[in-house]
Amino acid sequence: MLLSIDKVQKSYPGGRPVLRDVSLTLDHGQTLALTGESGSGKSTLLHLAAALDSFDGGEITLDGTPLSPLDDAGRAVLRRRSVSLVFQQFNLIPSLTVDQNLSFHARLAGNYDPTWGSHLAERLGLSDLLGSFPETLSGGQQQRVAIGRAMAARPKLLLADEPTGNLDETASANVLDLMLSLVVDTGAALLLVTHSQEIAARLDRRVHLAGGHIQ
Amino acid sequence: MTAAIVQALLSHWRTHRLLLATLLIGIALATGLWSAVQAINAEARASYAQANAQLALGQFDELRDPAGDIPLSRYVDLRRAGWQVAAVLEGSYRVGGRNLRLMGVDMVAYPALPAVIDAEQSTNPPDPADILTAPGRLLVSPDLAPLLREQNALPPILTTTALPSDVILTDIGVAETLLNKPGAISRLVVLPDQPHVLPPLSEIAPELERVGPASQIDTAQLTDSFHLNLSAFGLLSFAVGLFIVHGTVGLAFAQRRGMIRTLRALGVSIRRLVWLILAELTLLALIGGALGLVLGFFLAGALLPDVAATLRGLYGAPVTGQMSLQPEWALAGLAMAVFGTLLASGHALWRLSQLPLLAGPGLQAWRSSGSRRGFTGIAGFALIVGGVVIYLSFGGLIAGFILLGGLLTGAALLLPLLLSFAISQLARTAQGPVAQWVWADMRAQLPGLSLALMALLLALAANIGVGTMVSSFRLTFVGWLDQRLTSELYVTATDNQQGREVSDWLRPQVDAILPIRSVELEHETGPLFLYGVVDDPVYRQNWPLIASASDVWDKTMAGNAVLINEQLARRANLWPGDDLQFSPARALKIAGVYSDYGNPTGQAIVSMQQLNLISPGVETRRFGIRMDPGRAAEMAQTLRTRFDLPRQAVVQQAAMKAQSLAIFEKTFVVTSALNVLTLGVAGFAILTSLLTLWTQRLPQIAPVWALGLNRAQLSRLELLRSVLLAALTACLALPLGLVLAWVLLTVINVQAFGWRLPMYVFPWDWIVLLLLTLLAAMIAAALPALRMLRLPPADLLKVFANER
Repeated sequence: MLLSIDKVQKSYPGGRPVLRDVSLTLDHGQTLALTGESGSGKSTLLHLAAALDSFDGGEITLDGTPLSPLDDAGRAVLRRRSVSLVFQQFNLIPSLTVDQNLSFHARLAGNYDPTWGSHLAERLGLSDLLGSFPETLSGGQQQRVAIGRAMAARPKLLLADEPTGNLDETASANVLDLMLSLVVDTGAALLLVTHSQEIAARLDRRVHLAGGHIQ
Repeated sequence: MTAAIVQALLSHWRTHRLLLATLLIGIALATGLWSAVQAINAEARASYAQANAQLALGQFDELRDPAGDIPLSRYVDLRRAGWQVAAVLEGSYRVGGRNLRLMGVDMVAYPALPAVIDAEQSTNPPDPADILTAPGRLLVSPDLAPLLREQNALPPILTTTALPSDVILTDIGVAETLLNKPGAISRLVVLPDQPHVLPPLSEIAPELERVGPASQIDTAQLTDSFHLNLSAFGLLSFAVGLFIVHGTVGLAFAQRRGMIRTLRALGVSIRRLVWLILAELTLLALIGGALGLVLGFFLAGALLPDVAATLRGLYGAPVTGQMSLQPEWALAGLAMAVFGTLLASGHALWRLSQLPLLAGPGLQAWRSSGSRRGFTGIAGFALIVGGVVIYLSFGGLIAGFILLGGLLTGAALLLPLLLSFAISQLARTAQGPVAQWVWADMRAQLPGLSLALMALLLALAANIGVGTMVSSFRLTFVGWLDQRLTSELYVTATDNQQGREVSDWLRPQVDAILPIRSVELEHETGPLFLYGVVDDPVYRQNWPLIASASDVWDKTMAGNAVLINEQLARRANLWPGDDLQFSPARALKIAGVYSDYGNPTGQAIVSMQQLNLISPGVETRRFGIRMDPGRAAEMAQTLRTRFDLPRQAVVQQAAMKAQSLAIFEKTFVVTSALNVLTLGVAGFAILTSLLTLWTQRLPQIAPVWALGLNRAQLSRLELLRSVLLAALTACLALPLGLVLAWVLLTVINVQAFGWRLPMYVFPWDWIVLLLLTLLAAMIAAALPALRMLRLPPADLLKVFANER
C-alpha cells in the first residue's frame, strides 16, 4: 500500500469540520480521481496526503511512514522525496527559467537524472523554451512545465489538484494525455482532484467526497 | 460625495496599519533629523548674534595681554592718558549645578551696553544707579532668571532678551566679588569717540596687544563651513528618510488601484481623486512632521552640548548649549515635511493621474521593469557627470557640494543596475537548486527593495567617506601636532625685560631656548601673522612642510626666503618660487608651504634677523623650551613661582596636545552621531520594505515550501537574502565612500577651511562597518523571518487554493 488514509478528521480554524472520518487507500501504480462539489474538502484531503498540512484525527501513512508524528521538517523531507504536486495555478517559481524549474524538485530530492530531464522536456514539447521564464509562457505551456517538474523527480505518488482547471479544452486534453502517459511510464500512483466526470472516468478508480464524507 | 470618497480612501489605512505606521515613521525620521540639524544651526547662530550684541563685539578694537590678566594699574594709566576704554572681567560661575559665563563690565566707562539699554526699555525699567551701586544688579536672559532668583546670596536680577541664556552681565565690581578676583581685568574694550590726540599704546602699556575688528574672528562667517557640513548631513538624512516615504506611498497607491478604478467607474473624476489624495498626503505629512519635530527637538537637545563645545573649542564661538523652541523652526520643519512627502509621492501621484480607467491592476505594475532600471541607470550616470562638470566649470564650495550631491544621488540611481549585474554573475557560480533559487529570487526582489538599498548605500558611503576623512584628519593632525609642538614648554613673559630674565635663568638648565617673535601685518588676503624663528635642528627636522623648494631652511635662515602656511598659499595662490609681498618695497621668495590646521588666518615664517628688518623692535616674550620631558612639569611650576607668571603663561606640550586632541574629538562627535542615525534609518528602510513586500512573497515562497523546503529553512534563507543584499550593497558602497572621502579631503576641506589633507585608508574600520551593516540587515530581516517561521501552513496553502 502506497497511501493509506484512515478515519482522518480535519476542521478549519473556528471548529467547522471539513473532513469527517475519511478513509481511502491507493496502491503503487494506481490512479484515483477525487471528485466533489466546491468546499467538499477534496483539496484539503489532497493537501493532507501531500504532507502540506496537519490533521486533527485519524492517520495517514505514505509509503510506510505515518504522517501524524512528523514535525514540519519531517513532513518537508517526505514531500521532497516521496510525492510530487501539480496545481491548478501552476505555481512555478517565477524567478527561475523553465530548465531550472523542470529540474528543481528532482535536484532538491537528490535524484536528478539529466537524461531523463531532457527526455521529459522533449516529450512535453519544452525543448525550445528551456531558457524562458514562466511569465512568458501560455497556461498550457506552464502546466506542462509543472508536470515536467513533478515527473522529473520520479515520484512514487503524484498529487494533482485540478491540473486542467485553468486551461481551454484543447490544452486541457493535451496536458491530461501527457500526464497520464508519464504516470503509466514511470509507474507512479496518481491522486487527482477534479470536477470533471469525463476526466475522472479515465482513471482506475473514482471517489466522491460530499460534506466531508466519502460517498 | 466628497465625504464618501474620503471615507473610502481612508478605509485603506484602517486595514493597512503597518503601512500607515511606516509612512508616518518615514516622514517623522526625515523631518526629525533635518529639523535637529536646523535647530542646532539656528541656536548656534542666535548665540553668535546675542554674543555680538552684548558688547558690540566685532565693532570695537580690544586690548589684551597675551600673558594673562591686565593689572588694574594699567587700566588706570590708560584712562588717565585719555584712552576711552572699558574694563571687562570674565569668568566661569557655577549656579545650581550649571556653569555660567559671568561677564563684568565697567559700566561707568561704558553705560551704553545693548543689554542694559534693552532692560531700560522694558515696561519696568531699572534705576541706572541701582546697577552701579551695591549690591548691584545681575542682567540675565528670561530663561536664566528663575534659577538665579532661587539663590539668596546673589544681587537682584534684571531680565533682558539681549543676552544668551548662559551669560550673566553685571558691573565689574560685582563680578570681582562673585569671581573672587579683586582688581583683575580680562580685556579692555576700546570705545568709539576717542580724543584726537592720544599718547601711543607702546608708551603707556607696551605689553598690551591691540586687536582690531578685522583681526577679531567673525564667528558667524568662520563657522559657516561647519554649519554647511552639518546641513549637508541633515539633508542626506532627510533624503534617506524620504526613500522610506517614496516606497510606502508607492506601495499604498498600488494597493489602492483597484479601489481607485472602482471609484472612477462610479463617476469620480481623476482630478477630484488626485486633489483628495494630495490633501490626504498633506495631512499625513503634517502628522508625521509634528512627530518629527518632537524627535528633532530632543535629538538637537542631545547633540547641542557637543556642538557648542566644538564651536567654543575650535572657533571660540559662544554657543549656549541649551535648546529653546523657536516657532520659525517648527514651521520650517512642518513645511519641509509637507514638501518632502509631496516630492517623494510626486511620481506615484503622476502615474495614478495617467492611469487609464481600464488598466490592469496589480502590484507588479508598481515594480520597476528592466527597461526602467536601464533608464534610472542612465539618469544616475548623467547626475554623476553633471556634478563633475559643474565643479570643474565653476569651482568653489557650493559647486563642491553639488559635486557631492551628484555623486551620491547618481550612484544611488545606478545601484539597482549594478546589483542586478552582480547577482546575475554570482548566480552563475551557484551549484545546488536552493542556491540557484536564492540568487534568482534575490534578483527578482530587487525592484521592491531597491529604494531601501539605495538608502543603505547612501548611509554606508557617508559612513565610509566621513569616517575616512575624520580618521585621515586625525592621523595627520596627531602627526602634525608632534611636528609643530616640538618644545616641551612654551613660556610667555609679561614684557621684554622679563623675557630676557627668564631666558638667562633657563639657559644653563635646558637643551635649547627657541625665541618666538611675531608681528601682525596687513596682506591683501587679510591679516598676516609673521613669525621670526632662530635656526635650530628641531625646525629643520620636524616642521610639517607640504611643498618646498631646494635648500628651504638654508634659504630661509639666510634671510632670502619665507615659509608660508597652507591657508595663505591657497587663498593667495602662492607656492614655492613665488614672491610674498610684505610692503611695496619688500618681498621675499617663498621657499616652502607648511600645514597649519585649525588656524583661520594667514601666517608666515622668516629668520629672526629678517623679522627685525621687516618690523624692528618686536619684543621677545615667547619661548619654546627644549628640555628633558620628564622635568617639564616641575620646571613649569618653578617658572610660575619664580617669575610670578600666571598659569596660562607657562604651558606644557603634553597639556597642549591633549587639549587640541580633545577639541578635535569633540568636533566630530556630531558627525559620528548623525552617521549612526543615518545607518539606523537605512536599516529601518530595509525593514519597512521587507514588511510591505511580505504579502507578495507568499506566492513565491509557497511553491518552494510545497516542494520540500521547510519553514525553518525558508526563514533562514530570508535572513540570508537580506544579509547578502546588504553585503553586496556594502561592497558597492566602499568605492563610493572612498570617492566621497577623496572629495571631502581634496575639494570640500580645501574650499571650506583652506587646507588639504592626505588620504589614508582604514580597512579595519570597513570590516567593523560591514559587520554592523550585516547586523542591521539581520535585525531588519528578523521580523519577516520570524513571521515565515511561524506562518501557519494554512496561509501558505491559500496560495494553491483554486478560489484564490
